[in-house]
Amino acid sequence: MSSLQSISEEIKAKRPFKVLVAKLGIDGHDRGAKVIARALKDAGFEVVYTGIRQTPEQVVMSAIQEDVDVIGISILSGAHIHHVKKLMEKLREIGADDIPVVVGGTIPLVDIEPLKKMGVKEVFLPGSSLKTIVETIRSLAREKRIKEKLL
Amino acid sequence: MSSLFNDNSLKRIAEAYEKYEKELVPEWLKKLPERMEEFNTLSWIPVKRIYTPLDIKDHDYMEKLGFPGEYPFTRGIHATMYRARLWTMRMFSGFGGPEETNKRLLFLIKHGETGLSLAFDYPTLIGIDPDDPMAEGEVGIVGVSVPTILDMDIIFRNIDMSAVTTNMTINPPAPVLLSFYVAVAESKGVPRYKIGGTTQNDPLKEFIAQKSYVFPPEPAVKVAMDLIEWSIKNIPKWNPISISGYHIREAGSTAVQELAFTIADGIEYVRQLTARGLDVDEFAPRLSFFWDSHINFFEEIAKFRAARRMWAKIMRDWFGARKKRSLWMRFHTQTAGVSLMAQQPWINIVRTAIEALAAVLGGTQSLHTNSFDEPFRVPSEFAAKIALRTQQIIAYETGVVDTIDPCGGSYFVEWLTDEIEERAWKYIDRIERMGGMLEAVKKGFPQREIAEASYRFQQEVDARKRVIVGVNMFVEEEEEDIRKVPLLEFNQEEIEERQKQRVKRIRSERDRARWNTALSNLKRAASRGENIMPYVLEAVKAKATIGEIMSALKEVYGVYVEPPIY
Repeated sequence: MSSLQSISEEIKAKRPFKVLVAKLGIDGHDRGAKVIARALKDAGFEVVYTGIRQTPEQVVMSAIQEDVDVIGISILSGAHIHHVKKLMEKLREIGADDIPVVVGGTIPLVDIEPLKKMGVKEVFLPGSSLKTIVETIRSLAREKRIKEKLL
Repeated sequence: MSSLFNDNSLKRIAEAYEKYEKELVPEWLKKLPERMEEFNTLSWIPVKRIYTPLDIKDHDYMEKLGFPGEYPFTRGIHATMYRARLWTMRMFSGFGGPEETNKRLLFLIKHGETGLSLAFDYPTLIGIDPDDPMAEGEVGIVGVSVPTILDMDIIFRNIDMSAVTTNMTINPPAPVLLSFYVAVAESKGVPRYKIGGTTQNDPLKEFIAQKSYVFPPEPAVKVAMDLIEWSIKNIPKWNPISISGYHIREAGSTAVQELAFTIADGIEYVRQLTARGLDVDEFAPRLSFFWDSHINFFEEIAKFRAARRMWAKIMRDWFGARKKRSLWMRFHTQTAGVSLMAQQPWINIVRTAIEALAAVLGGTQSLHTNSFDEPFRVPSEFAAKIALRTQQIIAYETGVVDTIDPCGGSYFVEWLTDEIEERAWKYIDRIERMGGMLEAVKKGFPQREIAEASYRFQQEVDARKRVIVGVNMFVEEEEEDIRKVPLLEFNQEEIEERQKQRVKRIRSERDRARWNTALSNLKRAASRGENIMPYVLEAVKAKATIGEIMSALKEVYGVYVEPPIY
């Protein structure tokens, strides 16, 4: 490991957990995404919110450029299976599938298993508490940094 | 001012009230404290233990209430209200392609629905074709896919377009969908004066809440005003705009914000239309509104009553409207989608019933009731029928429709109506000082206010200061109830493919010369600032698709990109 790399990782280890909150697809329902982004920020996370109408490619690029610990996807259009599948493929293609992905929105129970099989770590339905969401994301971020030996 | 109460009786009530608060209540509190320190509505308006004539002691009946059908219309816009005609039972419907939606509409008509309301899919809502890469996986999910005139024609097979009114929840592409509708109605021989219905066509709330914007704010408003101006001259029974609080509320606003921001949107549109040289009494009778009916029962009733009173005052005193109809706030209501929960979904039926009752007690002209399965997907036939039956029970069994404005005169409801109105006026004053709603939206003012309110609400739910049954109280660990919900099933991929093929076929079969001329004329008219409606109508008749028409307009008007604020 070069010393430059070790310095940058030391910096990364000390910075707060960073989350990308993204609206995947073309639905405009951004209330949930905004509330979650705010709750994460208040809980000490660094938050990047993409805004609406993001393609899987755009989400992957933002996640890499921003070097996030977790990707949080919000979809209320019912197109979650289609878009998340593409997102997971893109992450794998580019070798960034170590970034954990969580999904929230109006999602039928029968779709939870398929989403998890694609590699989604957690699915949050309407009515999930902010605390549960924030703590799940925190533990996923921590896990990732431990794996990277940054913690 | 002439009070309802004389000084002597007020004096006696005041004495008794003091005794009640200072002696009786403390005695009871010693035995049993109240359940909460403070009781608040969903707008965080503190609610007192009891309301009496003292809370409305200066209330001038004729000034504040009057009679239904008379200024200020607080008690209702029609003199006879539901005794003569019930509200229109108008179920927001649509999924898959036009064939599936036609079948659903016929099903609802068979079961007693009295007006139609089309829900479009996301590609249609933002004006792209089903074979656009952005549309992938989205076709037909949240509503029906309508990229061409042919799709509209299929939706209305076996439906008499001269006898039914149709609401279309559509915004930036509203000129396109209205043109589809008018062209199909004309092809069936329906005279223009008989074409009735509503286009939502409310661009400002797209930036505030619904977020299916396409063009930047100024051209978006211009296009919407084109549609209104064309409609009042060409299809006089059409409601060309439905100024909508619903999406503002669903995005997390309070009832007060919903009321204030929506009326402020309305004020902006009236100014825009009068600036075009239109006489206020020419267009004002065709303006319509759309409200959310949430779960805090009396606050909603008070909101509807305050809304009518405020609008009548604005139209009469600010804009000098003289016709009675110009002062009417006619509105559609939808029960609150956000109040539906995934947990124990069957109890959503009860929530919807309570919200629907508030809308009826608030004097709505038209009502959609949500289905209990909507936290998961668009409703099944079974769930939609229960929702429709909910309205029918209120209309035909409960007797609440037998007298007009039965909540009028309640000390609490009258006080709350005044309170909500006063708070809404304060917001409107602030927006006026910013230069009106177009400017306020560009500054992000309503957007920020809503984000604040929705976050505060969610924190209160998390802290259990706000109870949601099944979510933070009476929670069941097992999700058995959810698994029992029979969700609507349809093969989305197949429908997407069918819609793609159909649009491709239409492109290959149409008269290319006519199509080409129509689109270039449209672009020229748009860049010259002409009313685009006649050109859009000709383009849809020339079989131009929604995506093609919207692309042509985007070239002229540009595309809005939202700064991601949270």
